[in-house]
Amino acid sequence: MTAADTLLSVKGLTKHFTLHGDIYSKLAGEKTQLLKAVDGIDFHIRRGETLGLVGESGCGKSTTARLVTRLIEPTAGQVTLKNQNLLAFSRKRLKEARKEVQLVFQDPYSSLNPRKTIMHILSRPMEIHGLARSWAEKREKVLELLRRVGLGIEHIDRYPHEFSGGQRQRIAIARALSVDPELVIGDEPVSALDVSIQAQILNLFRELQQELGLTYLFIAHDLSVIRHISDRVAVMYVGKIVETGPAAALFERPLHPYTKALLAAVPEADPAKPPPRLTLQGEVSTPIDPPPGCRLCGRCPRESNVCAEITPPLVDVGDGRQVACHNL
Amino acid sequence: MAETVPNTVLALDDLTVRFHLRRGDLTAVDGVSFAIERGQTFGLVGESGSGKSVTAKAIMRLIPDPPGEIPRGRILFEGSNILDKSNAEMRGLRGRHIAMVFQEPMSALNPVFTVCDQISDALRTNLGLSKAEARERVVELLSLVGIPSPHKRLDSYVHEFSGGMRQRVMLAMALSCNPGFLIADEPTTALDVTIQATILELITGMIERLGMSLLFITHNLGVVAHACDRVGVMYASHIVELGDKKEIFAHPQHPYTVGLLHSIPRLDGQAKYLTPISGSVCNMMEPPAGCKFHPRCAHAMDVCRREIPKLKEIAPGHLAACHLHDRGAA
Repeated sequence: MTAADTLLSVKGLTKHFTLHGDIYSKLAGEKTQLLKAVDGIDFHIRRGETLGLVGESGCGKSTTARLVTRLIEPTAGQVTLKNQNLLAFSRKRLKEARKEVQLVFQDPYSSLNPRKTIMHILSRPMEIHGLARSWAEKREKVLELLRRVGLGIEHIDRYPHEFSGGQRQRIAIARALSVDPELVIGDEPVSALDVSIQAQILNLFRELQQELGLTYLFIAHDLSVIRHISDRVAVMYVGKIVETGPAAALFERPLHPYTKALLAAVPEADPAKPPPRLTLQGEVSTPIDPPPGCRLCGRCPRESNVCAEITPPLVDVGDGRQVACHNL
Repeated sequence: MAETVPNTVLALDDLTVRFHLRRGDLTAVDGVSFAIERGQTFGLVGESGSGKSVTAKAIMRLIPDPPGEIPRGRILFEGSNILDKSNAEMRGLRGRHIAMVFQEPMSALNPVFTVCDQISDALRTNLGLSKAEARERVVELLSLVGIPSPHKRLDSYVHEFSGGMRQRVMLAMALSCNPGFLIADEPTTALDVTIQATILELITGMIERLGMSLLFITHNLGVVAHACDRVGVMYASHIVELGDKKEIFAHPQHPYTVGLLHSIPRLDGQAKYLTPISGSVCNMMEPPAGCKFHPRCAHAMDVCRREIPKLKEIAPGHLAACHLHDRGAA
């Protein structure tokens, strides 16, 4: 991998939220707690590829998306966008960088302003970034965007409530594309959709990537969606990346006990496949003041003494794969 | 068609549910018929707004009237029509004979009562247990659904439980009065995949152990594939296909079922593009004439635009509502 191929790279990215207890717990002298939402993660995304970030609720996927767009400031770590340190950017430079990185959110009902027309929603980002001068130019670009995401151009002067969930998600994608970004981050962009519509939107993501050479960071909790859309996959568990690698290899031969457990728990739409089961004990551990050592401690079938003491680092295991486990 | 052989627990016959809204009438469930055998798990699958949950609520007689109305049809539970029963009779039926588990435990459980209070409420009203007896039974129930140290969790409030544990509490409540029939309305949809796996295992194991029958409502075909025996596929208020699970997955006969199965991304192997169903679900306020699926169907013919297809038997026990099967073409 040469540096020129890498669009985004993240090193030791960390976000700790301080939980201030209520006044009673303060009076009782309880210590403030640390919620380690993202706890030192490394990953990179090459130009034109799709990195799938998968994990269960509360594992830090969305926080990661907000950190790499600098919507929130990290506690520690580095975010490098096109070989430049994103965290050192001035406000003006950050605005320019935002043009390169755009987000598509999960819920298209709350991510579109109900009081603005589609024309306004799709042309406002162009105005902000000075990409279109005249009204006619903006109008033309918006029409082009609508065509691109498979919406009729007659929709241009309508309001979001006149659209179905799938159509709204197309509008949200069009808005992300309105400033010609290089990287599009999808934060669960298909989870709120019914399966027949979800397939349409997944295909749209694919087509746009082919046509425009986009790079995706695709966040989802649905493993089959991740398998479908990703070139490479990173699996998160309670603030840590536990395994990364090419999608095909990772799904066919998962190495980390957590990845294995996730895959075994998926009910596949085929009665001939083995039934879903849980190979871990108990429930997801808490990110609040986690004990040292591996986050999977207490749940893992392959646990040994070292696991509770030392946090396993993410190490290369060949074939472009990395795993964080002491007992491979 | 629903002859009630003693082995049938529940039979819906031409059930139709309509809502009179300010904007007009909406038929949420239209001529739905199916039967559930004793000990069987019947999966009702469909996308949002297809009428799955309204069907479940109709069985529990929970459709508010007005605006709801059941103009046609029968719901035969153990041979007698639920729709003819008085409110008092229904109260005797709910909980004790038919119980329901809902999707969102946080809104289905009461936040201001402890878990013990809520579950023992049903026990004391329905079974006439004393406070102490009920408390003992709650402990039993909580350990039955796999809540660790139930003695300690008994007096906790709902917000003190995690999502998966709340769903266990809901299940304990549903099972409290030993009902023979359970309705589970998307019980695992709000849960993470690993929690979903445990709750599914728990429900299917419980059904088997207690010899119950189950109506399982879900939009997830993967869940259907592993939790159900027989499957009904709903689209825009109609049942479009009905059959044994294996048949439905191996030989789907309705274009909508075929489309659904093709829309799911798979865990093994990676197709570059999925084959989605084109368009989107029709507006239920102004449904299209004829087959509700025809605007999205690749095989639509003239007759599809005029006539609503009836459910017809294609193979033994396998029914589909599609004009493609009229001429014995398939």
